[in-house]
Order: sequence, then C-alpha cells, then structure tokens
Amino acid sequence: MSSILTAEDLNLWYGETHALKNINMEIPDKSITALIGPSGCGKSTFLKTLNRMNDLIPSVKITGNVTYNGHSIFDKDTDVNTLRRNVGMVFQKPNPFPMSIYDNVAYGPRTHGFENRVKLDETVEQALRDAAIWEEVKDRLKKNALGLSGGQQQRLCIARALAVRPKVLLMDEPTSALDPISTSRIEELALQLKEKYAIIIVTHNMQQAVRISDHTAFFLLGELIEYGKTEDIFSQPQDQRTEDYITGRFG
Amino acid sequence: MKKKQLFENAVQAIFLLLGLVTVGCVLLITVYLIVSGIPAIREIGLFNFLFGKEWASTAEEPKYGILPFILTSVYGTAGAILIGVPVGFFTGVFVSKIAGKRTRAVIESAVNLLAGIPSVVYGLVGMLVLVPGISKIFHVPDGASLLAAIFVLSVMILPGIIKVSVTALDAVPKEYEDASLALGATPDETFFRVSVPAARSGIAAAVVLGVGRAVGEAMAVMMVAGNVANMPSLFESVRFLTTAVASEMAYSSPGSLQRNALFSIALVLFLFIMLINATLNCFLKRNREK
Amino acid sequence: MKKKRKLYVFLVRAAMYACTALTVFLLFFLLGYVFIKGIPHITWELLSTKPSYLADRIGILPDILNTIYIILATLVIVLPLGVGAAIYLTEYAKNRKTVAVIEYAAETLSGIPSVIYGLVGMLLFSNNFGTSLLAGALTLAIMNLPTVMRTTQESLKTVPQSYREGAFGLGAGKWRVIRTVVLPGCVDGIITGCILSVGRILGESAALLFTAGFAHVLNGILTGLTSPGATLTVALYVYAKEEGEFGVAFAIAAILMILTLLINLSATLVGKYFAKRRNA
Repeated sequence: MSSILTAEDLNLWYGETHALKNINMEIPDKSITALIGPSGCGKSTFLKTLNRMNDLIPSVKITGNVTYNGHSIFDKDTDVNTLRRNVGMVFQKPNPFPMSIYDNVAYGPRTHGFENRVKLDETVEQALRDAAIWEEVKDRLKKNALGLSGGQQQRLCIARALAVRPKVLLMDEPTSALDPISTSRIEELALQLKEKYAIIIVTHNMQQAVRISDHTAFFLLGELIEYGKTEDIFSQPQDQRTEDYITGRFG
Repeated sequence: MKKKQLFENAVQAIFLLLGLVTVGCVLLITVYLIVSGIPAIREIGLFNFLFGKEWASTAEEPKYGILPFILTSVYGTAGAILIGVPVGFFTGVFVSKIAGKRTRAVIESAVNLLAGIPSVVYGLVGMLVLVPGISKIFHVPDGASLLAAIFVLSVMILPGIIKVSVTALDAVPKEYEDASLALGATPDETFFRVSVPAARSGIAAAVVLGVGRAVGEAMAVMMVAGNVANMPSLFESVRFLTTAVASEMAYSSPGSLQRNALFSIALVLFLFIMLINATLNCFLKRNREK
Repeated sequence: MKKKRKLYVFLVRAAMYACTALTVFLLFFLLGYVFIKGIPHITWELLSTKPSYLADRIGILPDILNTIYIILATLVIVLPLGVGAAIYLTEYAKNRKTVAVIEYAAETLSGIPSVIYGLVGMLLFSNNFGTSLLAGALTLAIMNLPTVMRTTQESLKTVPQSYREGAFGLGAGKWRVIRTVVLPGCVDGIITGCILSVGRILGESAALLFTAGFAHVLNGILTGLTSPGATLTVALYVYAKEEGEFGVAFAIAAILMILTLLINLSATLVGKYFAKRRNA
C-alpha cells in the first residue's frame, strides 16, 4: 500500500501540555482511516497537525516530522496554503460561510485564482455532485447557504472542501452534530469518496469506524496505542487498553 | 400589610414615571420642532423653502431657499464618508484581526481618545492648519471651504467607524475563518473575503453612524467652512444645515420670519437625522438577529 | 495567477498598515500640535483670574468654574432620571412593548445632534427662565440621559438573579431588594455613566451656545446656575472664532485635551477595577 501522509516521531506541546507523544503513522492513499479514542486523547490535535491548522495557536511547539507525498510539511519551502489546498478539512460543526451556496463552493477555487466562469460552474457542479447534494440544491444555488438543514450544510462543506481538488480529506467528527439520517448519508458519501481521496476521520462513534474505515488508529493520552486494519483492531486488539476502550470499559 | 403594598405600588409608579421621561423628551423635542418649524415653511412655501437656491435672510427682499445648505450637508457628508470609511474600515480590520493584544490596546485607547476630543478642538486645529494649508496648496484666496470641512468631518467620524466595525468583525464566528484557512486561503484573504462579508451589516451600521455624525456636527464645521450661503463647491466657503441654524440664531430677533426659518431648517435637519437613525436601527437589528 | 494573489495580499496589508498608522498619527499630531501651541500660554494668571479690559488680560477662571457647575448640575439632574429609568426597565417592566418604546426613545435621543438640543433647550428652558447655566444643564441632562441609562442597564444585567431571589426569599419587599441588593450591584455602571457624561459635557459646545450663553463672570455656584456663563469649550470657540485670541484658545484646548486624557484613563481604570472585583 502506498502512503500519502507519514508522521515520524511527531511530538506536540500546547505550552506545557505534551499533547502528542512520538507518533509514528503511515496513512494510505485512497482509503479511509479512522482515529478513535476518548476525548482529549490527541486525535483532533493530530488531525489538525496534518494540514497545519495548529499554526494558528500561538503556544504550539512541534518536533518530529510529517511528510506529504515524501515532502516535509514543516519544510521552509512548503507553502502552507498549497498544503491546505491539497489536504482539505471538514469541521465538526457545519460552518458554511454566510454567502450563497454557489459562492461557498466557488470560494476555494476563486481563492486559488480560478476565474474562468464556465469552468468555475463546472467545478462547482462537480463538487456538489461528488458531495451528493447537487440534486437538492441545483435550483437554489444563489440562495444563502445558512438556509440549508444541518446535514445539507455539512455536505455543502464537504463540497466546498472538494472544489479545490484536494488529495486528502480530513474530517473532524463530521457527523457529531447531525441526526442519524444525515449521518448515514455522510457515511455513504465517505465510502464513495475514498475511490478518489485519502480520508482521515476522527470519530467518537465506534460503529461508524467499523462501518466505513479501512484502518483504525487508537489514541490515548497523546499516544498512538494501536494502529492497523479496522477488522483486526476490533476483532483482536493487541493492546489491553484498546480492548478496554472498544468494549466500552472506559471513555 | 396593605400599607406596604401601597408603598410598593407608589415606588413602582415613580420608577415607571422615570422610565417615561425619555419618551417624554423625545415627544417634546419632536413636537417643539414641528410646531416652531411649520410657520415659516407655510409662509415661504414648502417648495420655495426646500428648493430655493438663494438664502438672503437679511436682504431688503429676504430670500429663504435652503437648497444650498441641504446640498452642502449632503456633499460634505458624502466626502467625509468617502475618506473616513475606507481609513476606518482598514484600521478596523487591522485592530480586530491582525494586531496583537498589546498593539490592539494601544490603538484602541488612541481611538477612544480621538473620540473624546471636543469638536471645538478639531475646529481650532482645522482653522489654523487645514484652512491655511488648503489655501497654500490649491492657490485659493481663502481655505475656509467645503474641502476643509470634509477633512475635519472625516477625522471626526473615524473613531466611531473604527469602533463599530471592530465590534462587528470581532463577532464573526471563528469557524468561518477556520474553514477558509483550511481551504488554503491566506489569513488576509480570509479576513477580507470571509470575515468582512460576514460582518457586513455591522460595517454598514458603522457607515450609517458616520453619516449621522457628519450630518449633525456643527461647531467644528462652523470654524472651518467659512459660513457663506453658497451653493456647494469644493473650494468655496459654504454653510451646512447645522451651521445655518447656529450662525444666525444669535442675532435673529424672536418672532421674526428669519428666526422661524431657522427653526424650519432645524426641522429639516431633524427629519434627516431621524431617517438616518431608522436606517441604523434597521442594520443593528439585522445584526442582532443573526 | 500566483502573482496576482501575492499582489492582493500585499495591497490589503499595505492598506491596513497605512490606515492604522494614519489614525494613530492623527491622534499624536493633534496632541502634539495642541500641546506645543497651548501649554506655553497656560499661566497661573490665566487660570486664576477673570478677563478684564482694564487690566487688558484674559483669565479663564470663570469658564473653569462654569464648567464644574454645569457638570455637577447636569449629573444631579440626569442620575436619578437615568438610573431610575434603567431600574424600571430591568426590574419592573413586564410589558415588552413599554420596554421597546422606552429603549427606542433612548436610541433616538442619543442620535439627535447637539445643535438641535441647543435649539430645543433654548425654546424650552432659556425662553422661560432666561439664558443660564441651569438651562444648559437641563439641556445636557436630556442629552446624557441615554448614556447613563444604558451603562446602568448593562451593569444591572450582571447582578446575579440569585441575589434578588435570595433577598426575596427572606421576605424583603421589592423596593428593599432594589435598595439593598440591586443598586449596590450596579454602582460600576452608574460611575461609568458619570464618567462618560462628564466627558461629553466637557466637550459639548453647540448645545450650550443658545442655552447657557457666553458670559465670563465670576460667580458662586448658586448665582452661577441662574446666570449665563461660558464653559471651557464655549470659551474656546468664542476666543478663537470671534476674538482671534488663538493663544488663549490653544491654552484651553490643551487643558481640554489633558482632561480628556484623564477621563479616558479613569474610565479604563474604573472598568478594570470593577472587572477585577467582580471576578474575585
């Protein structure tokens, strides 16, 4: 399997707090990797390190390395904006901009200097189709995105992330704010998307990890305890702590 | 027990009365302005009053046309907005989004100080710096002009615009900005393409607030605009609605048509302001609902 | 494309830095200019005498005293009105419409320009009992009513509901609860309102020209209130615009600037003090 993102001896501190401890992890392309673990275990922090969203927090200190397609993301030559374009992100709470549906999706391409009107229309449509929301919004593209339901908003955010043609999609508990029906639609969507993208998803929901992911990583107190094929992790965990967690003994 | 209840009711009635004082004041002001503003308009004729191009209140055949004042107020305000809003807006974005904690504190106290400086001080400095400066740079005989007034007004509306836009920009949810950054937009692109549009009704409120300030300012303008009732022109001496009221009030005799016409001007100014305030409230309300 | 994006980022950065620099520069220019022109003219004689044509001197003591009188008188009038209205709104009012009407009236008052206050003040007060500091103070009281009301209201909202419940639970009547629990809790709002009002009164001129007049007579507070008198700002205007005495005008401007600085400083300090006390 070819890996697209690799963490090597990654450590991260928030001020005095050691939030990630010696993480080594290879994330394969065109598959879904689930990050599980109790709250505050570092999985979201790890996710945000992958596209350097942690840069926004002033007191963060990082050692070790993360490579994307063989290049270090912390390298001086790495343009953080290009990195974030390639490694897209979907947030826990749907956060469409207070603009029209069309402008939301077109925001990314426009930011990256994409101006050809016809091509932009095509890109927006493709992204909305990929995010399985095109049929629901095609007649109201000029309407404000805040008028959509929560589940629709989240799929719109996925479309917005796809419109810049990323290679990797980071999803930070994308369904935690949604109802069961919307959740299952997002899950179906993720399964379709892995044909084209590498997806890394943080989830609190163990069933969700089982349903959609190919690989699962279990984090505890900033450490990567166990990482492997999802069926192996859930059927025969190697570590006692993993077993305790997935059988619901804590967390 | 009954006595206590009676006492509590009395107290409540007193507080209700105190609360209604505000409403009473507004009604009193409105009624007084209308009652004292109508007679002159009746005598002069609404059309002649509003659209008459000449104001010569002390001439042998007095003329009371306030179009020059209305247009001067409109042009002067537009000019002040044209200069003050961009400067205030960019400063606002800097303060809200870029400045560190310390820098922000320094700039905010500077802005508060600017807001607290009395308008006569602005007028005084304008009189002695701007007016001669304009006459020297543009080779006009007298620098006391619409242009000088525009400059003074744009400085005076600056603090209000900055404060209101900073409040609006601070209220933009961080999620919006995160989403934009995660798409690979730079921080500056994010601020101007996501945060600013998200704060637009607040920023619109800042502009309307600036309009209100500029229309209502009297003393500073009186000191730099020259006070001649000309039709507005950038390098001419002009008179605003506010200064028209203030400059002749001292020597008009009570009961005369001249004085009554001044009250009518005040009524027109009041209506302008009410219109602006209604717009402002509309924007602020929309802001709150979001 | 890439170049265009870089240019955009460069331009907005430049605009932000330039505008912020301009704003800060304007303040320092104003402060510097007024101080340099004004401070040399501030002499003990200027501060401690009244103007005299015989001695050919200008003194601003009457203007200073008038300013103090008018500030005191305005606060005495506006405080009960503003605080009372705020208490009515937060503690008593049950009818939403009444609240909306009162709040709308307050917003309207705060938007009316001072020339109009001056005019109405003249019609209402000066025409009835003469141009005087008291007429000016009454006018200013109406002007500052929304400010005091708003700051008091804000701080009343921060008085925890549990205090009121606790007091009511002990069987206290409404007035007693307000007097013993609610009012002490909103002292910070009242003080902030006072400071803001003082700043506004100090800077006000248009509303005073036709209500309080321009006399520079030395008076005690009681005669002062019933006779016409110029405050510092009005005196500045008269000396600069009508008499061409720029030295005196700048001296007054410098004094006003210093007072403005002090008022802003005390507003910040009071805010910090009460914030600390609340958190403690």
